[in-house]
Amino acid sequence: MAKNHFDRSKGYAIYLLPGLIGLTVVIILPFLVTVGASFTKWNGVNPPQWIGLANYQRALTDVKFWAAFRNNLLMIIAVTIVPTILGLILSVFLFDYFSKKFSPMLANFFKAVLYIPQILPVAIAGVVWKWILNPNWGSLNTTLSSLGLDSLVHNWLGDPNTALWVVMVIMVWFQIGYPLVIFMAALQRVDPELLEAAEIDGATWFQKFFYITIHQIRPEIFVVILTTTIYALKIFGQIYVLTRGGPGTSTIVPSYYTYQAYFEQANIGYGSTIATVMTLIIVALTFAFIRLQVKQEFYQEEN
Amino acid sequence: MLKERQFTSGVKKTLALAVMLLLVAVTLYPVFMIALNAFKSPQDYAANGPMSFPSAFYTQSLIDFWNRVTFGKKLLNSALISSCVAVFGVILSLLNAFALGIGKIKGKAFLLVIFLLGNFLPQEALVYPLYYFAKALHLYDTKLVVIIVFTVIQSAFGTYLLTSVFSEFPKELIEAAIIDGANKSQILRRIVMPLSLPTLSVLFVFYFIWTWNEFFLPLILLISSSNQTVPIAIATLQGQFNMDVTTSAASALLGVLPCLLFFLIFQRSLTRGITAGSIK
Repeated sequence: MAKNHFDRSKGYAIYLLPGLIGLTVVIILPFLVTVGASFTKWNGVNPPQWIGLANYQRALTDVKFWAAFRNNLLMIIAVTIVPTILGLILSVFLFDYFSKKFSPMLANFFKAVLYIPQILPVAIAGVVWKWILNPNWGSLNTTLSSLGLDSLVHNWLGDPNTALWVVMVIMVWFQIGYPLVIFMAALQRVDPELLEAAEIDGATWFQKFFYITIHQIRPEIFVVILTTTIYALKIFGQIYVLTRGGPGTSTIVPSYYTYQAYFEQANIGYGSTIATVMTLIIVALTFAFIRLQVKQEFYQEEN
Repeated sequence: MLKERQFTSGVKKTLALAVMLLLVAVTLYPVFMIALNAFKSPQDYAANGPMSFPSAFYTQSLIDFWNRVTFGKKLLNSALISSCVAVFGVILSLLNAFALGIGKIKGKAFLLVIFLLGNFLPQEALVYPLYYFAKALHLYDTKLVVIIVFTVIQSAFGTYLLTSVFSEFPKELIEAAIIDGANKSQILRRIVMPLSLPTLSVLFVFYFIWTWNEFFLPLILLISSSNQTVPIAIATLQGQFNMDVTTSAASALLGVLPCLLFFLIFQRSLTRGITAGSIK
């Protein structure tokens, strides 16, 4: 009788009701409609027409579709790979060297400053950079020519050869604070005795870094890589503000292509196809990462 | 010998400081340039370029832009939408996590994955049906629809975070309350909520700032100028007016300032929250 009293499996479902209703209406239903629409020809006005896999077949040979996902891979370099590596180096540098030789307060101050771009709405960050990069009166070109470097003056976002690289640099600027903050918190968990023991055994700084530090903060590295890779796939605001996917298709990304298909070409079926492919990639990535992480932890425990 | 070592360590320290200062300069450069040039007259900019200090403190660009886009209204819209989402999002996360973390509902793991989907699914895969349904229900271009959508999307993160916090909630406290005759709603309001207030406040700050910064869905769902949020107004107006260079800088500055303010106010809970979110 008393045991039944403490039963925590009953009577709680009612608290889940608002959440489940919201989830169904805002996420699950719209998602199912999108997947369904990807098998149709639909302009949003007339009733949709079932066309099977035709949209997916079109995507296979659509140059712009492939350009969008290729650019997306380059975005992963700009928001995942470069910031994670730089963030690792910087966080160890600030945590290990700077806070000891100078002061922890100063190290924290630098961390906070590098995090500032992260607090800006992506669109506003884009507006700021667009102002700097304006080919006619932007401060970058004006500064270059006032320094006598007229040969470097360039229409940075207007040239298909440089536009994507410029966007990538901006993304690194925007993204660097995120891994830095997470890794600096993670480093506090690294056991200093381990590092001292390694030092006594004659380990070099690089050996300590690779075999101890990275090893110990691996969960955080996993989280950063997973979240930023997914984030790379969702990049929209910066492209909308900076380049609108152009010139040509040089900076097109899947998210912006979806937007164009939906709201510029009124091709709901094809837009839904791109969105569905994006979702599949994100779900697959998430499962792959989680499996990898579980495997790693298992491997660690075995040893 | 000793002197030499001191010397090299001194050089190292100077070099380290120089590297960090350079990084700070690169990080702040765009924002600094915007702030510097927002207070110049167009003539001043034309004559002296972007690097000079304003020859006079010129606020006309800021005032012009503010009036032209009714910026006060946009600030109010953003504040209203973000606060509502933060409040409702925290409540919804708390209710979900109460059922999943304190209650031991069947299929808990499956339900958690479903909630997480809300956070992981790209908004591109939701946007058209949301736009279509909103139009059919006459909710298109209302703040209400944006508040509803983001309350659900944001609360996914809090559900996940709070559920893992609650699964370690001291069992004795709840059992003691049951013995004292407390019902579930009393347990939630008098015990669980007060004790998780620090986490709830971090969630509140996060939801507020995330919603303030959202771009994709508000861009599509809020079309009229009287409903738009700050980022949407500033981003979509860039091409529309024949803005001169200093007005353009002023508009960017107006977009940056509220976020810098939030950062200064909430810096502590922000760093705490990011770290909490990263650890499972």
